[in-house]
Amino acid sequence: MTAFFQNLGMSFEGAWFLSTIIGILVIALPVMLAVAMLIYADRKIWAAMALRRGPNVVGPFGLLQSFADGAKVFLQETIIPSAANKTLFIIAPIITFTIALMAWAVIPFQVGVVLANINVGLLYILAISSLGVYGIVLAGWASNSKYPFYSAIRASAQMISYEVSIGFILICVVLWAGSFNLTAIVESQKGYYGFLNGNGFNPLLFPMAIMFLISAMAETARAPFDLTEAESELVAGYQTEYSSMAFALYWLGEYANVILMCALNAILFWGGYLPPLDWAPLYYVPGILWLFAKILFFFFVFSWVKATVPRYRYDQLMRLGWKIFLPTSLFFVFLVSGFLMLTRYGGAQ
Amino acid sequence: MIHVLAFYLFAILVVSSGALTILSRNPVHSVLWLILAFFNAAGLMVLLGAEFIAMLLVIVYVGAVAVLFLFVVMMLDIDFAELRAGFVDYLPFGLLIALVLLAEIVLGIGLWSAGPIELAQRAAPVNPELSNIQAIGGLLYTRYIFLFEAAGIVLLVAMIGAIVLTHRARGGVKGQNIAKQNRRRPQDAVRNINQPTGQGVEL
Repeated sequence: MTAFFQNLGMSFEGAWFLSTIIGILVIALPVMLAVAMLIYADRKIWAAMALRRGPNVVGPFGLLQSFADGAKVFLQETIIPSAANKTLFIIAPIITFTIALMAWAVIPFQVGVVLANINVGLLYILAISSLGVYGIVLAGWASNSKYPFYSAIRASAQMISYEVSIGFILICVVLWAGSFNLTAIVESQKGYYGFLNGNGFNPLLFPMAIMFLISAMAETARAPFDLTEAESELVAGYQTEYSSMAFALYWLGEYANVILMCALNAILFWGGYLPPLDWAPLYYVPGILWLFAKILFFFFVFSWVKATVPRYRYDQLMRLGWKIFLPTSLFFVFLVSGFLMLTRYGGAQ
Repeated sequence: MIHVLAFYLFAILVVSSGALTILSRNPVHSVLWLILAFFNAAGLMVLLGAEFIAMLLVIVYVGAVAVLFLFVVMMLDIDFAELRAGFVDYLPFGLLIALVLLAEIVLGIGLWSAGPIELAQRAAPVNPELSNIQAIGGLLYTRYIFLFEAAGIVLLVAMIGAIVLTHRARGGVKGQNIAKQNRRRPQDAVRNINQPTGQGVEL
């Protein structure tokens, strides 16, 4: 796209700037639209699993429900508690929302269709997701209220614990692909046994795929790990004091993170924009459709779990993270790197 | 042009947030300014082409270390008046440290303008084809492998030391044994009896 603007007579830098801005909008606006539609889908799925109808009043089949909710929230008054730290109270949801959108910069939608095709793509995602905790901790502290503060403490402990095992799981994938670049990671998943695309079909990486799915739920604080918003214990957690658009920003950021994690599941373990079978006719379907189909499948798994699994207790959550996921993923780092040393990198020398 | 703009943006933000770290009255704000300084320093690293170091800076310092700082500072009950009281006592010492740092900066810039240092032999010629990560990994796991592992052992010892110092066995704690719970079956736990009326149950 930079070349296109240069042909219109702009300097390279101006063209680069303009095309990057357009790229950001082309990714961010559909993500926001997807968030609105997926909130609706989420509610419909829970409703179906609980034998209810779900939203069905606004628009055909209730399709416009999310937009109606958005308009309602937008028109409400923003209430700032008098004891709150005003600046941080307002900045916190903005941080959450911005960070949720930032990570999309390195997601490849198709061969070469990526905003920033950087060498350290996966590290960038890890860095951005480690920032996510600030939005919640700041909200908890700035609200100057007990429940949000408890929630903030829980959230930061939970996110840090699961980031450790997510890091090890990502290392396994990176070792196998030999690169941190997400496009290279997707391309490396071509042709398992000659006809399958996806690291998940690799017996060494399949357990990692399952663990990543569970860790992703914990990292985004989705049920059954939604202890930060456990309404039976903490009212609404860190969002208790928030109203209007500030509340909506948390909501949007949370769902954008969930979609991002679904996309990462698809990209790291199930072939991203590649079709599931390495069979020539399937490549005529645009890669972006395969990616979307996989994201939607994982989103369905997320809401399926949310509809059916009871919430974890906090000590069980910590036990799962530190005593089970951490040793297992560390063991798999040894296993995968040892296997690669013996086979791909020439064995003992 | 964009590079220059980005450099000045990051540089100004690093310096000003560094200054605000020590100037702000609220310790939580100080930590937040420090985080902003880390983040912009990472931006400067990206401009230098050291994207791997930049990402590590964000992951390790912003994502882990600063969260712990923030945590500790938020939890502490800090008396601001007491915090300011020692200012005059520490002033001479602080000035001394500032002087030492200033002298080092002046010396460093002076030596740098005197010309580059001629190394007899480059420690490791850099291959421009390699990416950052590969170049660092290649050095770290070959030439500096023993130093790298020694650093790892030091950290391990420090971690074990911290656990040993703070861990205490508490009595009267009900632990949950999940394997035992999962092994439990209805026939181990429930018993059907035909109890005549008017008599107590013997267990």
